[in-house]
Amino acid sequence: MTDTVTRNDELIDGIYREGAPITDTKAPGGDIADKWTTRKFEAALVNPANRRKLSVIIVGTGLAGASAGATLGEAGYKVKSFCYQDSPRRAHSIAAQGGINAAKNYKGDGDSVHRLFYDTVKGGDYRSRETNVYRLAEVSADIIDQCVAQGVPFAREYGGLLDNRSFGGVQVSRTFYARGQTGQQLLIGAYQALERQIAAGTVEMFARHEMLELVVVDGKARGIIARDMVTGEVETHLADAVVLASGGYGNVFFLSTNAMGCNVTASWRAHRKGAYFGNPCYTQIHPTCIPQTGEHQSKLTLMSESLRNDGRIWVPKNAEDCDKDPREIGEDDRDYYLERIYPGFGNLVPRDIASRQAKNMCDEGRGVGPAVDGVRRGVYLDFADAIERLGEDAVRSKYGNLFDMYQQITGENPYQVPMRIYPAVHYTMGGLWVDYDLQSSIPGLFVTGEANFSDHGANRLGASALMQGLADGYFVLPNTIRDYLAKGPFTKITEDDPAVAEAVQGVQDRIEKFLSIDGTRSVDSYHKALGKIMWEKCGMERTEEGLREAIEEIRALRTDFWSNVRVLGSAEGLNQSLEKAGRVADFLELGELMCIDALHRNESCGGHFRAESQTEDGEALRHDDEYAYVAAWEWGGDDEAPVLHKEDLVYDFIELKQRSYK
Amino acid sequence: MRISLKIWRQDGPADDGRMVDYRLEEVSEDSSFLEMLDLLNEQLIDKGEEPVAFDSDCREGICGMCGVVINGEAHGPERTTTCQLHMRSFDDGDEIIIEPWRADPFPVIKDLCVDRSSFDRIIQSGGFISANTGSAPDAHATPVPKEDADRAFMAAECIGCGACVAACPNASAMLFMGSKVTHLGELPQGQPEREARVLQMTAQHDLEGFGGCTNLGECSRACPKGIPLNVISQLNADYRRAGYGGRD
Amino acid sequence: MATSTAPAPAARKGPPTILLKTVVAVTGVFFVLFVLVHMYGNLQILIGTEAFDEYAHHLRTFGEPMLPEKSFLWVARILLLVSVVAHVWASMSLWRRAGQARRTRYAGKKKVSYGRFYAKAMRWGGLALLAFVVFHILHFTTQTITVDGAYPSPAERVISSFEVWWAVLLYTVAMVFLGMHLLHGIWGAAMTVGLNTSLKRAEQIRFVSIALSTIIVVGFLIPPFAIFFGFIE
Ligand SMILES: Cc1cc2nc3c(=O)[nH]c(=O)nc-3n(C[C@H](O)[C@H](O)[C@H](O)COP(=O)(O)OP(=O)(O)OC[C@H]3O[C@@H](n4cnc5c(N)ncnc54)[C@H](O)[C@@H]3O)c2cc1C
Ligand code: HEM
Ligand code: SF4
Ligand code: FES
Repeated sequence: MTDTVTRNDELIDGIYREGAPITDTKAPGGDIADKWTTRKFEAALVNPANRRKLSVIIVGTGLAGASAGATLGEAGYKVKSFCYQDSPRRAHSIAAQGGINAAKNYKGDGDSVHRLFYDTVKGGDYRSRETNVYRLAEVSADIIDQCVAQGVPFAREYGGLLDNRSFGGVQVSRTFYARGQTGQQLLIGAYQALERQIAAGTVEMFARHEMLELVVVDGKARGIIARDMVTGEVETHLADAVVLASGGYGNVFFLSTNAMGCNVTASWRAHRKGAYFGNPCYTQIHPTCIPQTGEHQSKLTLMSESLRNDGRIWVPKNAEDCDKDPREIGEDDRDYYLERIYPGFGNLVPRDIASRQAKNMCDEGRGVGPAVDGVRRGVYLDFADAIERLGEDAVRSKYGNLFDMYQQITGENPYQVPMRIYPAVHYTMGGLWVDYDLQSSIPGLFVTGEANFSDHGANRLGASALMQGLADGYFVLPNTIRDYLAKGPFTKITEDDPAVAEAVQGVQDRIEKFLSIDGTRSVDSYHKALGKIMWEKCGMERTEEGLREAIEEIRALRTDFWSNVRVLGSAEGLNQSLEKAGRVADFLELGELMCIDALHRNESCGGHFRAESQTEDGEALRHDDEYAYVAAWEWGGDDEAPVLHKEDLVYDFIELKQRSYK
Repeated sequence: MRISLKIWRQDGPADDGRMVDYRLEEVSEDSSFLEMLDLLNEQLIDKGEEPVAFDSDCREGICGMCGVVINGEAHGPERTTTCQLHMRSFDDGDEIIIEPWRADPFPVIKDLCVDRSSFDRIIQSGGFISANTGSAPDAHATPVPKEDADRAFMAAECIGCGACVAACPNASAMLFMGSKVTHLGELPQGQPEREARVLQMTAQHDLEGFGGCTNLGECSRACPKGIPLNVISQLNADYRRAGYGGRD
Repeated sequence: MATSTAPAPAARKGPPTILLKTVVAVTGVFFVLFVLVHMYGNLQILIGTEAFDEYAHHLRTFGEPMLPEKSFLWVARILLLVSVVAHVWASMSLWRRAGQARRTRYAGKKKVSYGRFYAKAMRWGGLALLAFVVFHILHFTTQTITVDGAYPSPAERVISSFEVWWAVLLYTVAMVFLGMHLLHGIWGAAMTVGLNTSLKRAEQIRFVSIALSTIIVVGFLIPPFAIFFGFIE
């Protein structure tokens, strides 16, 4: 499928080239409802006695990685599992609050696999691949069964059955939750299953290990180079297949709701070795986060979207009122802008719309809260009405923990003063391109969870990422990777193999380089600068002009980084600056690709809003005739333009429509 | 605000450590405790000194990665994680002493970072329900009384940070262990392995070298998730039911 | 292949920690029962010296003629002795384990201490109690130590002793120690045998430990004070 020879060598728009389109995604034929059954049946089996001889490396222990590790371990494969934290239980999946979707139809409100499939495709603004999404909806119900069997304490009703809520603007109640800690409870379930396999000896765990390179031998992924973050040793790990479950890359924006360590390194290294990167510019900006308070800020905190069920969002009508005490601003002087613009959905419009409108209000100078860089970036989320209607106790029992968290962080009491919120980067729909089998364009390299691009199109629905991570790890990958492994064991390779030696050398050289530049600026200062560029020019609203500037600025910043960064300490032992340097170096390359992708996609869809492509009243405008494809980018080489491979999105089972929430 | 700091610096696992004094000016009250350390580190890098190593990841109080002892208290003066502690909890001019978790089963790796893999090994020894993927019955096959589900959830809130060990005068990990035993023991799914679980986990706990609980409650007071002391009693009760390990 | 996770240490010697805790708790509860009986006996002196002597004599002849004289007393003494040894051994083993579990101490000191002072005094307070118990036995049982001359009748021995101010003071201090030990001890024993399984239970246990400790301290101090202030002669 990768036919770089037929690549069109002409530079398009001065920034990229176009290669052969992707025509085969490996999904079997037939009705959409039968495809997965067919695929599972057709996938070759591996004799249980042979499994122990087949080894799999899994990078990441979030929902996607831990579930895959546990399941492959149970099946009897030899698994090596990696994470950069001190324990697999700390992967960023732990932070998910809201819930997980599943088409169980326990509420009898008309939910079904098909409806979840439909909602996900529509929510993704018709930029996701039908076959994968259908399968996701299909296995969703099994996830809940599996988690309950493991002891995940989902919320229950008095009758002892599982409770559901509706989430993220869908009309059925299909979201399972565990108070505000769904991600934590699901991850602990997967983590415990993983630990059980570690005890059983099928999984070997490498915590505080960071993958720094992919080993590709004879065109196949055969291992990774990882650094032991405690001893500093650069280690080679070889296997028959490699799975990346390394999460999202939202931290390219520096400030995001992601954990401090979230990075693109694993994916990016694979990309540089030939794995295509799908739709890198699709970023989800979450509307209800706590606004930034100053330069010292290291991350942004998300507050559950459920707050929008009862809170009303507003800004002052007049910019002069912005520094007043909000309680002294009369009803007539408030602009409940979402209720005004979208009377049908009001405060419950999808994430991308709520986010963009908040930005518009602040750009108009009507934002509230402390000014950072001269602009007030915040809008009110007011519970005064809800408190009056339901009583403070009812509000406390529903949102108490969120209110406490808000107060902890801001020092303000949201029962008395309206909360202030602002959008923040939250999720990246883009990721390594994979086929129906979750295999990337490098044979033997599989990608699961947020790290792949597969299921959410241009916008992800609330409570669907947890679903995808676990669907991939528990049910999809174990079935598809088996088809690949059945062809093994592959020829033995050793650490002396030239491809391995080269990979090790590359990693060591890079570490040495970081430590020897001895410049004047800290890694964090570069990361912050990159984040500013990305947020301003490749954030909620993108323009051709801005993106072109951003590309230039990122290139300049990257050059400066490689000549002026200061990384102290040594390569032996724990060195957090060194770790960050590697991550930021990769973000500096990814950021450019994101801008290129955003620039080439001259339409608005989901989380990607191009100012040039909007309706008369400022809504996102898609161009299905030109852009109904996945943009899979191939690495072009250092200082070379990337190569675009288009995978056309064919909608056989769902009709393409323009989204409308008015 | 301005503050003075005394921070434990230790180069590596085998090296001796020492307390080092630092001063910081212009710390924002709105910054979190870890952002204050970020600021210190930026200044140290400017001066050409190695920054202070400390662990953190989510910085929203849920992953359990962060945790230092601040003026003798695990996670500092508020009942929350270190990452959720804010500088407004301190006064201008305060002296703040920062040390790593101290417990022999949590050896120091560098500065304020410790190795908590002993917790993982306790979970490995039995802190799970054996349910292979694909073998699960329908989730509604076994209703769980809401009361039990709620208690299981309460115990399952533990984030594995280790503050309980750090705060305990005996460096005991029984709050951590009790929360897992209670979480799984309250659910019908957890019954078949209930006795084996408590015996194996407590054996591993002792093996790792944690101390024994004397029911003081320091752990629960330091626990950012407010796990109550009664999970330890539950652990003891389950241990008794399992025949004190005497039965085979 | 190197892993950063430290390998699991070699097997820990000795009994399981929770078993040790249980030994402390069970022997402790046995002491509580013993102390309650002991207190009941002491209070006989309020009825009169004969009642007290009768009680003391009864202890020696309990179970006669089925059992030889003093056999009940000896069984009780042996049980108590074994319990004391077990109680002290187990609690000291736990102390040692705790010491090994944290060999580097904190430099920072908490500004506010949450822990109850009496709970922290278990170990040193327990040793003080041990010293007192030894003294107490030497004083009243073996009569190796005399406070104010030797008397054949138990009641006389008690009365003459508590007419001396420092003996009253000594016993008062000892009882305060005992009270403190029990205040946490009863709570701890209930925790250790697994009775505290809800927040409500915790309150009930707290109540019982406060009530029992108060009763025991007051009950033990009534005779000495009554004697000292001349209500009993
Ligand atoms: C605050 C927040 C709230 C959310 N709420 C919801 C919600 O309510 N519902 C929902 O469905 N989704 C939610 N999401 C999204 C969802 O949580 C994530 O998309 C999902 O959990 C990602 O899982 P993952 O397994 O793919 O990756 P992660 O959980 O991010 O795990 C990545 C793993 O990869 C490892 N790793 C990464 N790089 C390397 C490397 N170079 N070397 C070694 N290891 C590496 C890490 O150690 C980690 O173990 C939320 C996200 C955030 C940030
Ligand atoms: C002989 C001298 C004594 C010593 C040295 C001693 C010591 C101790 C110590 C150190 C503990 C705490 C153990 C722990 O929690 O780790 C303890 C607990 C206890 N002691 Fe004593 N003690 C003595 C006498 C007594 C007496 C006379 C009584 C009762 C009247 C008693 C009742 C208890 C009880 C009930 C506990 C609680 C057990 C638990 O925490 O589970 N002790 N003792
Ligand atoms: S019980 Fe509390 S203090 Fe202990 S590890 Fe769990 S969350 Fe941390
Ligand atoms: S950094 Fe995750 S809990 Fe503090």
